[in-house]
Amino acid sequence: MKIAVCIKRVPVMETKFAIAADGTRVDEAGLKYDVNDFDLWAIEAGLQLKEKNGNAGEVVAICLGPDAAQEQIRKALAMGADRGVLLQAPTVPADGLAIARALAAELKDGGYDLVLMGRIAIDSMNQMTGPMVAELLDLPCVTNVCKLEISGATGRAERQLEGAAEVVEFPLPALLTIDDGLNKERLPSLKGIMAAKKKPLEVKPAQLGDIKVSVTKMTLPPERAAGRILGDSAAAVPELVRLLQTEAKVL
Amino acid sequence: MANVLVFAEVRAGDLRKVALEAVTAGRQLADLSGGGSVHAVLAGDAGISAKAGALAEYGADSVLVLEHAGFAQYNPEALAATLADKLGGGTYGFAVFSATAQGRDLSPRVAAKLGSGLAPDLTGFTVEGGNVVGQHFNMNGKTIATLTLTGTPAVLSVRPAAFQPVANAKPLATESITSAKDPSASRVKVVELKQGNTGKIDLNDAPVIVAGGRGLKAPEHFKLCDDLADAFGNAAVGATRAVTDEGWRPHSDQIGQTGRNVSPNLYIAVGISGAIQHLAGMRTSKTIVAINKDKDAPIFKIADYGIVGDVFEVMPALTDAVKQARAQG
Repeated sequence: MKIAVCIKRVPVMETKFAIAADGTRVDEAGLKYDVNDFDLWAIEAGLQLKEKNGNAGEVVAICLGPDAAQEQIRKALAMGADRGVLLQAPTVPADGLAIARALAAELKDGGYDLVLMGRIAIDSMNQMTGPMVAELLDLPCVTNVCKLEISGATGRAERQLEGAAEVVEFPLPALLTIDDGLNKERLPSLKGIMAAKKKPLEVKPAQLGDIKVSVTKMTLPPERAAGRILGDSAAAVPELVRLLQTEAKVL
Repeated sequence: MANVLVFAEVRAGDLRKVALEAVTAGRQLADLSGGGSVHAVLAGDAGISAKAGALAEYGADSVLVLEHAGFAQYNPEALAATLADKLGGGTYGFAVFSATAQGRDLSPRVAAKLGSGLAPDLTGFTVEGGNVVGQHFNMNGKTIATLTLTGTPAVLSVRPAAFQPVANAKPLATESITSAKDPSASRVKVVELKQGNTGKIDLNDAPVIVAGGRGLKAPEHFKLCDDLADAFGNAAVGATRAVTDEGWRPHSDQIGQTGRNVSPNLYIAVGISGAIQHLAGMRTSKTIVAINKDKDAPIFKIADYGIVGDVFEVMPALTDAVKQARAQG
């Protein structure tokens, strides 16, 4: 089984962001980066499927991003992916279709049985790349996968909705976007980290094309005003209810 | 002036509230662009046309009804083909979807078929020089990007609850349409819809959310949250990732970075410390109440009102007080 996993380099979110001087992006000074959480689960799903298949085939980690994203591809390789491809773009555009176009061009003739990626990238929060790539390659596509079984050339998945789930059947090859809950990603072992250094990582320019969506301004949401502690026991409940009725007007 | 095509989301044969929000957003978009028509697409099994009236009430000039057994369940391939076919005809300047699991599955397919830009999950927008300029939370909800979307037709999705439905009754006009692709030939088939909390209000639709964390100590203690939600009558119960990972609550109830994003009028955090991943999913709530015994819990930094106390003592008292307040109100 040949599996492609598309991953993204994203800032570690446990930080206080500042806006860069040009007002259209966050200041990158001091930011740390990692593989997008949802993409880690996509890598894990790919590795598990390969392992179930007697380790036949390969898992290829594909990342569109700056040169520094080689670090994230190495992490995927350390987890167990066989090789990596960096589609080089100094900045990743806001236009999801441009990203999808570049990924589709790379995936097109790869002969993949499955293309996996995270449901959403937590930096852009675009949540559109998967179905767009599927559309460009005319692949069956299931998003938000939280349960998955592949048997032969068909698959069965559960996709997570708001307060419900859909059970979906699909033929392979297919593209799936992975949601939280499908698995827990493995940590790279020391042996894996050493092996990753020797695995092939191809670098080529991303074919982005036309850009129709751009970030023209970036701001920080207004800070919430400091709240009030009303008390340390049930004795504070009447005051809370009064404030909910008269001040917040939500009761 | 631009006409707007709105996709009205249906689940289990019924319109979702987000469909009315999308029509409201579509109406605003048409008006901002100098006054165009709003057409809503309503797809479903036999009988779905009966739901068209609600869309006209909220501002749809026309409802395009796609009624076929092949749409009894979500059918993304046939829907995307049909919507792209309508949008590609030159009639429409904009397409509006809900930024739900369904809308965020369907809108990228349609945009890719058209070669259009997609601005997702907007919380507000204006029209400048014929282009949509909209606000979109990114960086895990910690920053707000203003996106400018060029080209026609431009596709956008609106965040649930960001546009509250505004009644704007139009005379009901329906038009029956057919699928651009044989709905039974779709490769991806939804074979079952598993309804989570049947009969209960969904987290994205609820004006009040009571969310529980590890401070509740055991799954059975979620009854304290359920009771308070029942006292409000219009509340849903959510949970933190720690709790859904433990299996105390279903995964679909998880609020936070990797779960649901919610912004109710009132969010009551019960025994929740306020990890950054949780705050990412609820910090845009209008009013936040926190009940936690640890006075240093980060949740108190963003809560409007806090009680530093034992949830097992405070919650029953709060439930009684809310019942009383609602009985009097």
